[in-house]
Amino acid sequence: MTTVENLRFLGRRIVNAVWRIGYASRFFIMILFYSGTSFRRFHLTIKELFSSGVMSLIIILVAGTFVGMVLGLQGYETLKRYGAESALGSLVALSLVRELGPVLAALLFASRAGSAMTAEIGLMKATEQISAMEMMAISPMARLVAPRFWAGVISMPLLSALFSAMGVFGGYVVGVVLIGVDQGSFWSQMQAGVDFQHDIVNGMIKSFVFGVAVTAIALFEGYDAPPTAEGVSGATTRTVVESSLTILFLDFILTAFMFQGGVV
Amino acid sequence: MKRTKLDLWVGIFVVAGLAALAVLALKVGNLSTYNMSETYQLQAHFSNIGGLKSQASIKSSGVLIGRVAQISLDPKRYEAKVTMTIDKRYQFPKDTFANILTSGLLGEQYIGLIPGGDEAFLKAGDEIKKTQSAVALEDLISRFLYSKAEDSKQPNK
Repeated sequence: MTTVENLRFLGRRIVNAVWRIGYASRFFIMILFYSGTSFRRFHLTIKELFSSGVMSLIIILVAGTFVGMVLGLQGYETLKRYGAESALGSLVALSLVRELGPVLAALLFASRAGSAMTAEIGLMKATEQISAMEMMAISPMARLVAPRFWAGVISMPLLSALFSAMGVFGGYVVGVVLIGVDQGSFWSQMQAGVDFQHDIVNGMIKSFVFGVAVTAIALFEGYDAPPTAEGVSGATTRTVVESSLTILFLDFILTAFMFQGGVV
Repeated sequence: MKRTKLDLWVGIFVVAGLAALAVLALKVGNLSTYNMSETYQLQAHFSNIGGLKSQASIKSSGVLIGRVAQISLDPKRYEAKVTMTIDKRYQFPKDTFANILTSGLLGEQYIGLIPGGDEAFLKAGDEIKKTQSAVALEDLISRFLYSKAEDSKQPNK
């Protein structure tokens, strides 16, 4: 390839990327614009809440418990060196509520529910169900996309709260029941360390933002997928990759804003 | 529209999620113990606040009675100005003593209030005049090391 061809290739890639970002932004606005139906006919959203929220329950609960147990073990090993085992409760709770709960729940949600959404919408497009709906003057945005979006946005904070609660329970099982950290100091240190406004509410805000990002990406990838078997599979992969990266990136941004330490 | 099995599952999901949030707020967080709706503010100047941060606790006899609201440097006196938010249920005499203390040897720092014997109470916006700065651990250690060095200069007379 000559230099000109290389340049042309690079330029086309960049223009395409910008084009896609613009299309995705318009798609996002359209979701919000067509949201009315998902609340007027709430059973549509309920149905999606079942498939994205309820079906993710098992994986979230199990993963949360194990993450909490690992935190309990590892935290104890490190804190023991400084004779600060009693701080185990606040370590487990703070790391879960602030970071691990929202982030891991969102990552699991992206791979469990987000990929399913992309595949579903992509396949509907490939089998021309979406075109058929348009022919019948039913807006696929209002009927298919917006309910899925709101179901994801509603279920994400709930899943993250469940994840954190199960994690604290796992940490309690390992720390107090198995290792034998004092139960009173475990809970009281936890309550002294975790602030409702500063930690729990901020964690919920995080998971809400992740919910918006993950579902919007999943739906857009599905809607934008080339209508072939290969296209749908590629779109599903892109959903998981893009939403995972977006979650981690947004987490950094949000953490930088929310937890600036004690600096006034 | 009739009720379906689906609604039940979604209901269980939402209830479980909200219950988890309630557990986090009450059992994990401090919402149950932390209800300072009625507060008033006091101020104090310290020559050195050490590692005191805003939101640090204010205790009297070990009981949590407030939080540090704001810390800034007074440009006229070149001293740290600490604004404290204190629960309205607790009133302190005018000659209350404000101390910056450390919980444990290396724990976080907080302000301890030791009430004096004055009959008049501090009002909102008043300043606590008697303060003691944070004990800098480095100073203590260096003082100790110097005195050790002095000792070893004349080992055996």
